[in-house]
Amino acid sequence: MSVDQKMDGGRRQLLLATSAAGGVAAVAVAVPFVGSLTPSERAKAAGAPVEVDISKLQPGQMMTVEWRGKPVWIINRTKDMLDSLKKTDELVSDPKSDKPQQPEYAKNETRSIKPEIMVAVGICTHLGCSPSDKFKTGAESGVSADWAGGFLCPCHGSTFDLAGRVYKNKPAPDNLEVPPHKYLADTKILIGEDGKA
Amino acid sequence: MTTKAQAVLDWVDARFPLTSSIKGHLTEYYAPKNFNFWYFFGSLALLVLVIQIVTGIFLVMHYKPDAALNASGIPAAFASVEYIMRDVPGGWIIRYLHSTGASAFFVVVYLHMFRGLLYGSYRKPRELIWVFGTLIFLALMAEAFMGYLLPWGQMSFWGAQVIVNLFSAIPVIGPDLSIVIRGDFVVSDATLNRFFSFHVIAVPLILIGLVVAHIVALHEVGSNNPDGVEIKKKKGADGHPLDGIPFHPYYTVKDIVGVVGFLIVFSFIVFFAPEGGGYFLEYNNFIPADPLKTPPHIAPVWYFTPFYSLLRAMVWPLFGLDAKFWGVVAMGAGVVILAFLPWLDRSPVKSIRYRGPIYKSLLALFVVAFAILGFLGTKPPSYAFFGVIPGAPVAQLFSLYYFLFFITMPWWSKMDKCKPEPERVTG
Amino acid sequence: MKKLLTALLFTPLMALANGPELHLDKAPISTEPAALQNGAKLFVNYCLNCHGASYMRYNRLQQIGLSEQMIKDNLMFTADKIGEPMRIAMQRDEAKAWFGAAPPDLTVISRSRASEFGSGADWLYTYLRSFYRDDARPTGWNNKVFENVGMPHVLYELQGEPTAKINEHDDGHGGKSKEIEIEAPAKPGKMTAEEYDHAVADLVSYLVWMGEPMAETRKSIGTAVIAFLGLLFVLSYLLKKNYWRDVH
Repeated sequence: MSVDQKMDGGRRQLLLATSAAGGVAAVAVAVPFVGSLTPSERAKAAGAPVEVDISKLQPGQMMTVEWRGKPVWIINRTKDMLDSLKKTDELVSDPKSDKPQQPEYAKNETRSIKPEIMVAVGICTHLGCSPSDKFKTGAESGVSADWAGGFLCPCHGSTFDLAGRVYKNKPAPDNLEVPPHKYLADTKILIGEDGKA
Repeated sequence: MTTKAQAVLDWVDARFPLTSSIKGHLTEYYAPKNFNFWYFFGSLALLVLVIQIVTGIFLVMHYKPDAALNASGIPAAFASVEYIMRDVPGGWIIRYLHSTGASAFFVVVYLHMFRGLLYGSYRKPRELIWVFGTLIFLALMAEAFMGYLLPWGQMSFWGAQVIVNLFSAIPVIGPDLSIVIRGDFVVSDATLNRFFSFHVIAVPLILIGLVVAHIVALHEVGSNNPDGVEIKKKKGADGHPLDGIPFHPYYTVKDIVGVVGFLIVFSFIVFFAPEGGGYFLEYNNFIPADPLKTPPHIAPVWYFTPFYSLLRAMVWPLFGLDAKFWGVVAMGAGVVILAFLPWLDRSPVKSIRYRGPIYKSLLALFVVAFAILGFLGTKPPSYAFFGVIPGAPVAQLFSLYYFLFFITMPWWSKMDKCKPEPERVTG
Repeated sequence: MKKLLTALLFTPLMALANGPELHLDKAPISTEPAALQNGAKLFVNYCLNCHGASYMRYNRLQQIGLSEQMIKDNLMFTADKIGEPMRIAMQRDEAKAWFGAAPPDLTVISRSRASEFGSGADWLYTYLRSFYRDDARPTGWNNKVFENVGMPHVLYELQGEPTAKINEHDDGHGGKSKEIEIEAPAKPGKMTAEEYDHAVADLVSYLVWMGEPMAETRKSIGTAVIAFLGLLFVLSYLLKKNYWRDVH
C-alpha cells in the first residue's frame, strides 16, 4: 500500500465533493462568529435616531446633541452668518460640496434643508477631534483678522466656515459631515433617519 | 510539485522540521488497521477542545465577570450572558455551542477512558500516555468547575460555594486555603474574577500542554488496538508494521466520518435541546446568584456526580478526623487512583477480547456502579429508589466497589482465565 | 455504550422520584402570533408594574407580528425609545419593603421554573391559577403552588376571588399534612373560568416566547444544519470506503 498511488476518477470526485461540502460547512460556521463581531442590539438601540426640539434655539446660537456617541451640532444661523458663506466661497476647498459629505438634500449653498438651520457632526474630518465654535468675526475671534466666523479645530488648526466647509490648505481633507436628518415638525428634527434608505 | 515550491519547502525544512513532522505524525505514522468505533473518541475530544477554545474566545468578547448589580438589580455577569443570548448577533449559537460542548467534552472523554479500560491501552509501554490522560481529566474537571461559576446563576454560586468549602475540610490549612481560593469569606466578585482568569487563561494553557504531551507520548510508542497486540513486533520488508496503515489518509478520512457523525448528534442538542433536559443547563441557573437564598436542592452538573457520590458516601469520622475530610479524600482518590491503573493490572493480556470472565463481569459491574453513582449524585441524599430502597446505602455500597475494583485488581487480574493473544491483529 | 444503555434502562424507573410531589397542569401554550400578542398585552398591563424584563427590548416584539407604531402606542409605558428593554420604575429597595422580596425579573422566568414535575410553562400556568384568599397573609392572598408567596393576585379582577378549603389530616408519621382545595370565586371577575384559563395560557405563551425569543429560529436553523450534515456524512462515508478498499 502506498499513499502515492494513482488517484482514480471516482476517488477524485468524492474528494472534491466532500471538500466542497466541508468548505460550505466551514463558511456557514463562520457566519455566527463573524456576526457576533458586528454591533449588538444594545449598540443599535444606543445608535437609534434622536429627536431634537429646536423651538428654543435662538438665532446665532448652537446646541449639541449626542447621536451614536458623536456630537451633532445644530446651529440657528442669522442673516449675517448666512451672508458670510458667500465670502468664504473662494476660501474653502470644496465650495460646491462635491464630496459625499452630506445627503443629497443638503448639497446646496448652505449645506442644510432649511437655510438657517445647520445640522452637522461636530467631528473634524482630519483625525477626529471636535472643533470649537468661533462665531465672532475679525480679530476678536482670536483666529485671524479677516475671520468670517466658523469653527477651529484645537488639535491641528483646521478651520471650517459656518456651513462646515473646510478652508483650503488645512490638515482636514473634507467638509464636516451632515448626518441624515429630517423635520418631523417645524421645530422638531429627527437625526439619524431621513426616510430614504 | 513545482521546483519553486520545492525550494521554499527546502528552505523551511532546513530551519524547521515541517516535512519530517508531517511524515512522523501523519503520512508515516503507522496505526493499527483494526481500529473500531471506540477509537473515534480521541480525535473527537480534540475536536471538542477546539470548539471550546474558539467559542470561548468569542464569548469572552461579550462576557463580563462582574458580580455587582446593574440598574435593574441583576448581577452584571448574569446579565452579560443574557446579553450574549439576545443582543449579540449569533451570540446564542456560540453560547449554546460552548455550554453543550462542556457536557460533550465529558461524554467523549468518559468514552475515551472506557476504551482504555476495554483494550488495556494503559498497559506497558503506554503508562505515561495514561498518566498524562489522567492529568488531562483533572485539568478538565478544574476547567469545567470554574467555567460553571461564570454565568453567576444560583447553581453556579452554590455549587462553587459547596466545592470550595470542601477544601476547608483539609486539616490545619483547610480553612485558610478555602479563603485563599475564594479571595473572600464567601464566594464573591473576587472569586468570580479569579475563576474567570483561570478558566480562560491558566487552565486552557495547562490543558493544551498536557494534550500535546499525551499525543507526543502516543506517537512515540504507537497506538494500541482492540486486540491489544503490538503491531511493531511484526514488520514487513519495508520496515513498516505489517498490520499498520499510515494515519493519513486512512484514519483522517475515517475520523472525518466520526466527526460528522458526532456533529450530527451535537447539533441536535445545540439546536433542539440545548438545556439537555436540565442536565446541560440547569434550570436553577436561570435565576441570578443570590447569596442569601440556597435553592432547595443543589447538585453538581452531571459529569461530576459520580465523584460527588463518592464524597457523600463517607459519613463516618475516622482516626480523629471528621467525615467531611474523608469525603474529600474519597473524591480525590477516586480520580487519582485512575493514574495507578497501569501498575494495578497484572493480567497477561491487554484486550477484553482475550480476558477471562472475572475481568468481564467486574468491568460490567464497574460500569453499572459508575452509572448508579452518577445518578444518585444528581439526587438529594434522602432519595430512595421506587420510594423504598434508600439511595444512600446503595451509593456507599457502590463507592466501596469503585475502590475495591482498583485495589484488588492486582490479584484478580492475575487469576483470571485468559485466552491466548493472537500473533497478529484480527479483522 | 454499555453505560449509556444502563442509564437509559434505569432512568425511567428512577424518575418515579420522591420528595414533595407537585401536581402541575399541562400548559396549553402556543406560538401563534395572536396568542403571543394577547399575552404581551396582559404582561405589559399586569406584570410590568412590579416585575421588569430587563433583557427584553421592546423592538423585539416586532418578531410576534406587531409594528413599531403599535408597540409605541399600546405597549410601551416604561420607556421612550423602542430599542430600550422593559425596565420598571419601581425601586428595588422599596419593592423589598412592600413584598418582602424584590419581585424577580421575568425575562427568563419560564426557563428557571422548569423542574422534574413539569416545564416552566406548566408551573407558571398552574401558579397563576392557584391563588386564593387568605386573610392571614399581608397581601390577603396565598397560593397553592407557591406557599406564602409575597405576590398578590394581580389578575383577580379578571378571575374573581377564589377561596380555599384547607383540610388537615394526620400524615401517619405523627405530623399533619395540609391539603388545599381551591374553590371557584363566589363572584366571578371580568372573565369566565374558561376565558381566564385561556388568558393565562396566552400570558404564559408570551413568557415562554420571551424566555428564548430565538427558539423557533434555532429549530429551523437546526433542521437545515442536520440535513446538511447528513449529506456530508454520506459523502465522507463514501470517501472513507473508497480509501479503505485497499486495506485488507
